Amino acid sequence: MIGSLDPKVPPGPLAQKWRNHRHHARLVSPNNRRKFEIIVVGSGLAGGSAAATLGELGYRVKCFCFQDSARRAHSIAAQGGINAAKNYQNDGDSVYRLFHDTIKGGDFRSREASVYRLAEISNNIIDQCVAQGVPFAREYGGLLANRSFGGAQVSRTFYARGQTGQQLLLGCYQALCRQITAGTVCMLPQTEMLDLVIVNGNAKGIITRNLRSGKIGRHAADAVVLATGGYGNVFYLSTNARGCNVTATYRAYKKGALFANPSFTQIHPTCIPVSGEHQSKLTLMSESLRNDGRVWVPKRKEGRDKPPPGIPEQDRDYYLERKYPSYGNLAPRDIASRAAKEVCDEGRGVGPGGRGVYLDFADAINRLGEATIRERYGNLFEVYEKITGENAYKVPMRIYPAVHYTMGGLWVDYDLMSNVPGLFVIGEANFSDHGANRLGASALMQGLADGYFVLPNTLPNYLASQMGKRPSPDSWEFQGAEDDVRVKIEKLLNINGTRSLDSFHRELGVLLWDKCGMSRHEKGLREALQIIPQLREQFWRDVRVLGTDEDFNQSLERAGRVADFLEFAELMCRDALERDESAGAHFREEHQTPDGEALRDDENHAAVFAWEFQGQGQPPKLHREPLRFETVHLTQRSYK
Amino acid sequence: MNFKLKIWRQKNAQTPGELVDYEVHDISPHTSFLEMLDILNEQLLGRGEEPIAFDSDCREGICGTCSLTVNGEAHGPDHPAAVCELYMRKFRDGATITVEPFRVGAFPIVKDLVIDRSALDRIVQAGGFISARAGSAPEANSILIAKHDADLAMEAAACIGCGACAAACPNASAMLFTSAKVSHLVLLPQGHPERESRVLKMVQVMDAEGFGNCTNTYECEAVCPAEISASFIAKLNREYARAAVQRSMGE
Repeated sequence: MIGSLDPKVPPGPLAQKWRNHRHHARLVSPNNRRKFEIIVVGSGLAGGSAAATLGELGYRVKCFCFQDSARRAHSIAAQGGINAAKNYQNDGDSVYRLFHDTIKGGDFRSREASVYRLAEISNNIIDQCVAQGVPFAREYGGLLANRSFGGAQVSRTFYARGQTGQQLLLGCYQALCRQITAGTVCMLPQTEMLDLVIVNGNAKGIITRNLRSGKIGRHAADAVVLATGGYGNVFYLSTNARGCNVTATYRAYKKGALFANPSFTQIHPTCIPVSGEHQSKLTLMSESLRNDGRVWVPKRKEGRDKPPPGIPEQDRDYYLERKYPSYGNLAPRDIASRAAKEVCDEGRGVGPGGRGVYLDFADAINRLGEATIRERYGNLFEVYEKITGENAYKVPMRIYPAVHYTMGGLWVDYDLMSNVPGLFVIGEANFSDHGANRLGASALMQGLADGYFVLPNTLPNYLASQMGKRPSPDSWEFQGAEDDVRVKIEKLLNINGTRSLDSFHRELGVLLWDKCGMSRHEKGLREALQIIPQLREQFWRDVRVLGTDEDFNQSLERAGRVADFLEFAELMCRDALERDESAGAHFREEHQTPDGEALRDDENHAAVFAWEFQGQGQPPKLHREPLRFETVHLTQRSYK
Repeated sequence: MNFKLKIWRQKNAQTPGELVDYEVHDISPHTSFLEMLDILNEQLLGRGEEPIAFDSDCREGICGTCSLTVNGEAHGPDHPAAVCELYMRKFRDGATITVEPFRVGAFPIVKDLVIDRSALDRIVQAGGFISARAGSAPEANSILIAKHDADLAMEAAACIGCGACAAACPNASAMLFTSAKVSHLVLLPQGHPERESRVLKMVQVMDAEGFGNCTNTYECEAVCPAEISASFIAKLNREYARAAVQRSMGE
């Protein structure tokens, strides 16, 4: 059982913690590394970079992904950029400033020491990616270019057009390919983790299903690394890829790993609005557009149906510039999203259903010319036109917030190890660095920091005590876990009810968006906690999954994921209810300042909430990791 | 809108497949092509028929997972776009639409519209990388790269690895795919130390996987959702010739 939640932050001054920690951590010598097998689940920025780096160090790595190729992990869709404290622009940036912006952006709900390390490592990431051949944008003199992002007053974002995630991911994918050829990494695509295996209290393997053949596999290892991304698809509609899911982390939670801050979900302010019932996913328009686009709605309700060029300047409300003059259109994501919701709730929203605001480039086009705007954002304008049929060079884009990223995830200590020894969690799958709100261009930074630099330096500290302790996959622990997986699959196939998976998933999504979305309140959360178990009960009685388990069966794949979402949603709402304050993206209507900003309760809630599974049907147990701020001063966030 | 559909159904790699007729009704023009297939699959499920298997993930044209041939064109009629970015407003109401997988010998069919493109991974594994150990990299701005070269490298690097180039090519050639990676890496100074071995190994694996050769029909460029230029194939040929000559001279 879990004692007090100790993040094991190393002693010493903040700026020296990471260095000191590496000086004293235990190591595994080069000729012993090949004796260790490491499982990495996920091949995105975190998993791909971790698998490649651990392989290069000489460990034997098995890397799993559910996609048909490691290159298709959802990191590929990240558009805008990656932050680093290089201060190439000579505009006052520093490691401390990146650290401080990240802590403040997260509304003081993240761990100082982890965030400081992230800011320190940010510079190594850019060096590493350039060495691998990532074609970052450059200036005419051949130096690297930067742009600005929300929540910062410096230009520290490195980018590769609007495809930064793609280029960084291909960098790790290629490094991974090199290790596959070298024989250090065995890549298992189209293979989904369905359970974690714990032997003598340590994570020692996983149970998988090959999505092509349906074959169930047992994999034993010396340590397990989860890099399985976020759970935004619990809302059904999100900017995540269709396959993104909570299954790996949720099933690890059911095996004893703590789930931290599950209610911290980021709603991104600039996405293409929902167009109808048929919609299967939402598309992000990069935050970088807010560098040149101005966000507005008509001042009065009556103006909302007029074509936008016909609305004179004095009848427009540039509400972000009005409310946050110093950051303007580059206010952080949670604030920009809530402001959009507010003006739409007032009836001033534009487009079908009144759920949209304008993102207008007319001024920037007048100032810089269409060619410059095309060069900066051309591909985004094309995507917008494909989806909406509208030309954003002529009429303003319509945007609305959508679920995008999840700050919550499995709880990890400073070494990125969960409370289950041997289970490491990296990238979006852990909860660690973004507090209650992530700043733009920081997800790529965290994924790569964890995979290239943190985990390879902290994993040996655990492995050093594990020599020769890898169990056989024939042991009863593996047998038991495999049996559980088989029972669950069989159960799903035998229900043979009347309703489709999508209908359940959509219903859950609408409920969560309503009760646990951009703003939450006690009454709504309590209602959701009533409804979710009923929906789940209905699912297990009435869902229809066709086909067999010994085959390529996409319905069956998704059925398992939706079943987990139906349980996980309850944990999210419970966390949102328990956190009786507003912080960042978690906006409890009961707790706001007179001008409608999030009002924290530092006295009672300056803590990570980490939930422990207590058995099916039992309420989970709450553990708290108090957050101690030794360097930054807690303040009311102000972007005015 | 209403559509008649002819969709390729195939139980698995061993069983022969066939085109099967379906119909969908009351489709909003703002529905994406894949969402239209989702709607059809919901109908099939309601009738107790197994849904049509097709691949997709990001549904915004960047992951390269979707891979349909629509009315004989890889990714359908709305170039440049992956089929997930195709919208029903591009079709005439009442039209008959034929949907097949990418037809390439090196991409065996798994089921219905789903294919196995692991051959493309193996081409990259052969040498489509720069060896750079984490921890060893020099300061990023110590490597200067002219903007023109960086931009051109980015144009090549934009490939999403969908395989439409091979599907559109009468020779089922993967040369656009291979040339994009070779060009991306050789346009950057970091890619030069492994320049010769990379191109030789990648081409060797490309041939061994059963892809055909380029005969300059430019079908690949026409369907490429990432607008990769066929001029990179010329670059690949030059790189290959250069490396082969150097190798034969014993360098």
